[in-house]
Amino acid sequence: MIKLTEYLLAIEGVNQTPALDLDAIELDGAYVCDMLSDVMGSAKPNEAWITIMKHLNVIAVASMTGIPVIIFAKGNTPDEAVISKALEEEIILVTSYLPTYDLAGKLYQLMHS
Amino acid sequence: MADYWNIAPGMETVLKELFSRDIEAEVTLEFNIPEKDFNNAGKGSSETKNVLKRLGVDSEILRRIAVAAYEAEINVAAHSIGGKMTSLIYDDMIHIKFEDSGPGIADINQAMVPGFSTADDLVREFGFGAGLGLPNIQKNSDALHISSAKGEPTLVEFLIFFG
Repeated sequence: MIKLTEYLLAIEGVNQTPALDLDAIELDGAYVCDMLSDVMGSAKPNEAWITIMKHLNVIAVASMTGIPVIIFAKGNTPDEAVISKALEEEIILVTSYLPTYDLAGKLYQLMHS
Repeated sequence: MADYWNIAPGMETVLKELFSRDIEAEVTLEFNIPEKDFNNAGKGSSETKNVLKRLGVDSEILRRIAVAAYEAEINVAAHSIGGKMTSLIYDDMIHIKFEDSGPGIADINQAMVPGFSTADDLVREFGFGAGLGLPNIQKNSDALHISSAKGEPTLVEFLIFFG
């Protein structure tokens, strides 16, 4: 398990939902995919979801699947409606300029070092 | 109409009876699912999940119900001309029904194959249309029934037990 705050430092992640408490979140991996049904079929609770999809449905997918945090790759930033839905569902949203490969790689490195 | 059942061997009689249970549900929730309205599709699943959470349903079972219900809701929005979702909550299980107004599934067995999809570009733009919706519903439910035919309404219903 690794603290979400530690991972955010490594990816220079920006928390788009500062009203939510990051300190309590620990990750035991990530799921990387842009197909929502695949995420719902295979992602596990306590995993971060790394994606470039940023429309409203990603919040529902995270909520149904029990994913605590979505990391948006390559500078993709969700709009206000998505952020406010995330606050309602208590899903943390993080943006990073890094591409998906680096986001996953850095988490893997942190977890296996 | 063609019928598709996914029921564990030996449980056919018991579970098929539960699909047509004549005792009244403790809680009944109904939601409309308009065609291609992806912003609102998910409301029924979300509200059902919140009610079950308040009733103290185990979180892993809650996750299975939420995923199966959301996939089915998205299916109605993506593939039908609109329909409705009915959540029937009993003390030991949930029975969720999705009934739409057509245009139906031509070949249900083909629709169950992971990766097979008839989704259009709009649906795919939203990140759906991977051909995993029905397989995910089957994977997460304890019993599944689909009734449909080309040009007819579709019924998708499943049972998930709380314990």
